[in-house]
Amino acid sequence: MSHTSDASRNVDLPSAHAWTGIYSHAYIEPVIETFAALAEPNRYRIVELLRSGPRAVNDIGDRLHLNQPQVSKHLRVLKEAGLVDVQPLAQQRLYELRPQPLRKLHGWLERYRRVWEESFEQMDEIVEELKAKEKTHERHRSK
Amino acid sequence: MNVTGANEMTAPTNRTTVERRSDRELVVTRSFDAPARIVWEAWTRPDLLKRWWAPRSLGVTLFECEADVRVGGSYRYVFGRDPKQPMAFSGTYQEVVHPSRLVFTQLFEQMPAAGAAVVTATLEEQGNKTRFTLHALYPSKEALDGAVASGMERGMRDTYEQLEQLVATLA
Repeated sequence: MSHTSDASRNVDLPSAHAWTGIYSHAYIEPVIETFAALAEPNRYRIVELLRSGPRAVNDIGDRLHLNQPQVSKHLRVLKEAGLVDVQPLAQQRLYELRPQPLRKLHGWLERYRRVWEESFEQMDEIVEELKAKEKTHERHRSK
Repeated sequence: MNVTGANEMTAPTNRTTVERRSDRELVVTRSFDAPARIVWEAWTRPDLLKRWWAPRSLGVTLFECEADVRVGGSYRYVFGRDPKQPMAFSGTYQEVVHPSRLVFTQLFEQMPAAGAAVVTATLEEQGNKTRFTLHALYPSKEALDGAVASGMERGMRDTYEQLEQLVATLA
């Protein structure tokens, strides 16, 4: 069993990320990997193509006019980023899209937004209170 | 990539939007039905912050709040679910321009290795509303290191836009 000196281990980290906006390295790395994988145009095209369903390497190469070594290289990067998975089917290896990293990224932003939205709604009440107070003061002053 | 929570079927209200501009920047916007001086007050007075800042539905409370709002002054927000396991944000004010601009550093004390973010809050009066923007720049060195990250910078914006469409089709 390993012990880390990370002071954050006592904190409920997933929710702390959502409402502090702090990226821990554990969060940054997978996200960076997802973006780095998709920033390459041909890899992005492969991901788009796989939206329609699993495909074999040669099929991907034919459709995107890429040679097999290129496709294999890109698929390896996508697989390391968790964006594709391989399914063996008879003599072939089919590559399929794994949308989890994309959803995770989007889900994080949406959770973060909702947390702020709630705080801002609470802030609205305070703002209304301050406005009312200001009006009362003005009334007193004008008397 | 941004999320707006927009729903065109409902009446226009003051929506909160969050946009991730790069791997180091987050931008939050919200309008308030009040002049900037009032938004500023709600945003900076510890007694008021204690009443609104922590999201109640998550069971979070702002236990302690100190804010010496002047250039070089410091602040510290201590919060959490369990007072025995408090978390804290702290930092110092770098620019204070009442009631329109506030720049401060922000360290999440439970993750000192993440470094301090620089947050810029701007308040712009538009008619009888105030547009409030929080821009946070995170110091993640890791995020910028290496050829991978520098290669990403260029295509970042396009990638975010494409991603948004991609996620929409997968949701």
